Amino acid sequence: MTGALERSAPHGVPDPGLWDAVLAGDEYAATDAAVAALDDGMDAESLLLDVIAPLQARVGSEWAANRLTVAQEHTATAVNERVIGALARHPAVRRERERRGEVPRGRVAVACIDGEWHALPARIVAEVLRLRGWEVDYLGAQVPTPHLISHLHRTGPAVVALSSSIATRLPAAHAAVTACQATGTPVAVGGAAYGPGGRQASRLGADAWAADARTLADRLAEGPLPKPPPVHQAIDDLPHLGDQEYTHVTRSAQTLVRRVLDGLRSRFPAMAAYTDQQRRHTAEDVAHIVDFLGAALYLDDPDVFTGFLTWTAGILTARDVPAHSLLPALDMLAEQLVDYPRAAGQLSRAHDALRLTTPDAPGPGRTR
Amino acid sequence: MEVTQEPHVLDPVPWPVPYPAFAVDAAGGLARLNRAAWSLIGAEPGARLSEAVPAWLAEAHRSPAPAVPGGPVAHGLIGERFFEAHAIPDGGGGPAGPGGTVWWLFDVTENRRLGRELAAERERTAFLAEASGQLLASLNLERCMEVTVRLAARHLADAALVIAPRTGRAHPVAYCGPDGEVEHQELLVDTEEVPGLAEAMQGFPPVPSRWIDPAAAPDWIARRGLAEPGAMVVTALPGHGVPAGALVLLRRAGQEAFSDGEEMFARLFAARAGAAMSAARVYAEQASITETLMRELLPPRASELDGVELAARYRPSGDEERIGGDFYDLHPAAREDDAPDTGPESLVVLGDVCGKGLEAAVLTGKIRNTLRALLPLSGDHQRVLELLNGTLLSIESTRFVTLVLASVQRRGGQVRLRLTSAGHTLPLIVRAGGEVEAADTRGSLIGVLDEIDSVTAVVALEPGDTCLLYTDGITEAMGGPLGDEMFGEERLHAELGRCGGMPPEALVERVHMLASEWVGGGPHDDMAMVAITAPRRFHLSAVGGQGPGRFTA
Repeated sequence: MTGALERSAPHGVPDPGLWDAVLAGDEYAATDAAVAALDDGMDAESLLLDVIAPLQARVGSEWAANRLTVAQEHTATAVNERVIGALARHPAVRRERERRGEVPRGRVAVACIDGEWHALPARIVAEVLRLRGWEVDYLGAQVPTPHLISHLHRTGPAVVALSSSIATRLPAAHAAVTACQATGTPVAVGGAAYGPGGRQASRLGADAWAADARTLADRLAEGPLPKPPPVHQAIDDLPHLGDQEYTHVTRSAQTLVRRVLDGLRSRFPAMAAYTDQQRRHTAEDVAHIVDFLGAALYLDDPDVFTGFLTWTAGILTARDVPAHSLLPALDMLAEQLVDYPRAAGQLSRAHDALRLTTPDAPGPGRTR
Repeated sequence: MEVTQEPHVLDPVPWPVPYPAFAVDAAGGLARLNRAAWSLIGAEPGARLSEAVPAWLAEAHRSPAPAVPGGPVAHGLIGERFFEAHAIPDGGGGPAGPGGTVWWLFDVTENRRLGRELAAERERTAFLAEASGQLLASLNLERCMEVTVRLAARHLADAALVIAPRTGRAHPVAYCGPDGEVEHQELLVDTEEVPGLAEAMQGFPPVPSRWIDPAAAPDWIARRGLAEPGAMVVTALPGHGVPAGALVLLRRAGQEAFSDGEEMFARLFAARAGAAMSAARVYAEQASITETLMRELLPPRASELDGVELAARYRPSGDEERIGGDFYDLHPAAREDDAPDTGPESLVVLGDVCGKGLEAAVLTGKIRNTLRALLPLSGDHQRVLELLNGTLLSIESTRFVTLVLASVQRRGGQVRLRLTSAGHTLPLIVRAGGEVEAADTRGSLIGVLDEIDSVTAVVALEPGDTCLLYTDGITEAMGGPLGDEMFGEERLHAELGRCGGMPPEALVERVHMLASEWVGGGPHDDMAMVAITAPRRFHLSAVGGQGPGRFTA
């Protein structure tokens, strides 16, 4: 297994044996494989970034393709987490940290913002920075912003690294970034939520963005991040928020969802025959759509919304649910939001994008 | 119209004005000038302009295009006064004749002085605002000191040093040199070495800034980065009734010494810096006290208990809180010989004190301590609950508690559980295959009735089975897509049905995530969970049989 690990590492393709162990929840086999790789001289940073991180990415894509259950997804993540924990205690890793630690680099806080459950990327960032000689406070998943700020006051780190995976959490991430900066601490951000090339990062006023832990570590090694801008508010970064569309959609989210569901029921009598489970899924899907519409309005970036819908279409298709079932929900949202030009524009763009990817056919909600 | 005037002075305009004005003809000669101009430049008509006026004005005459139409063409000194010069081309009917120019001069000496003062004042105000903003932003002492020396070195002096009151034996010191780099140190120094410093460090009553001979300053103040310090001033940093330290400003040799205005300004700045440092220090002290007190109340970390896998999650109702009324505790088996026939039993407790916040947390702490003391009796859950009930009845509190006791015992690959619910949500058994069942236990809640009763359930966990203890903060979470529905036991059962065989931390994370996403941004009660899992054994046969092969084929 070790040989396979080493061979696969440069290409970022996880070893199938490790993959099997992770998927089966076999913590011991997975840890043994990872530790054996270290024993054979593999560099811990490569193991984290070129083996474990791609493995975790594969967990996500396999789930999306409906080849993993939710239970397997969570199990795999938990095993990966334990493997990382075991690596941190490996003698080679400890030696490397001690060697690097001789020249202290300063302190870094690594956290996921409130509502962010995907902790593994942040955990990898924390471990890589530790390996590079930083003193790291890893605060874990879903850290409420008040806890984060009081941590900054108490410890005064040189930088905070915040990870976000889902675009709907970006408004909360923005609040967290602004609050951290207000304490005079520069903020580096990363994670899938920031989009290709991290384009949302600068919109939210982050002091740095990194595609992965290695890039972040390299950037921090170059020298301190610039001091954050003086105290500012969300609307200073995103003046379009002045039109209140984001506020309206977020505040009335539940009403919007309810009206869409009522509309679906009256227009599609077939919904009466839905099981509770199907009805619940439909409600959850509509709630997600509204969430993403909110995020897209917050960022004034229609691609956030369109991207989510085409992704959802893929997820539905993988589960044998016709993706055009999303269209009536978009139409009904558009009817309720006619007075909100940005929202209406985003809904119509998303509608067009969905039509291109799915053949036309009637039918509401999810039928899985 | 003729105006009375010195006979040899000719006004370029036919009425007397207080502004100096003169006309220059096309050939560059002084054609006429008014009395004010005459007394200013002392030249006679007919003189060459280049000889009559300062060079800047003669130069301006050669190219009289104003930067701003109608604005001044040039400005400069005449004698000790500062003038703006405006030019008006003469079409031929005027005093300068065809191709000539009439020049008007305005004395703006006073305007300039006021303008400079205003700019300086604005700069100071902006600086104080910036300083206040930066200083108030952080409640971290080191960062406040850093901001203080950096701003002081940039705006008030060439280098600055802040020295805070002693912590232990050493003084925290921050120094910023002319390069803007800040250095933090802990120094064992005698403040008496520096004139004025010991007094400034006492902070109260404030001492006036003092001139000090920088040559007398020790090396730790007058550092090499500064070449030779030329001037030095020590200012007290007033705190909130406690001394916050002192600010030392240094200027290079050859630089101007500190003026009275600058010294006063330094004191204004020091007042802000001192207040911020003082607040940061108080915050740090409070935070450390809170942390010490809270350490006892925080739930323990869980991973394994005598060979049984454990995971726990806890989320207090308020985002500002770390503790609340839900709690759990783990008590590893005391000694093997306690139960020689069956092996050691560990105790897991999960409970929910009525109410939330700090007050509930404090009662929680008492209950946890009481239960710890009752550990030797944990073989008999009913007895433990009776004693706890008696204790709670005797405490002056109307609060009650519901809880679950779980005695855990490893028996080979199996785990045997004795579960007793005292008015609490029933423990759920999640089998590796996904079946979910509630443990058959019940009992009175604790702290209300004189007499209580309880029924203990005995459950066996096979490898991969999990027993989940949880508080009603999970099931009673209000939210959902429409915001008005409880998460509910039914949903919890259904979701757990998809969690069969999960490692315990993955299972509690999943449940925690579902409940949290269910409430969304809305209010929620404390949430606590403990999952107890019989470890799965991994043999090669497992990989071939029901293992991962089917997923990756």
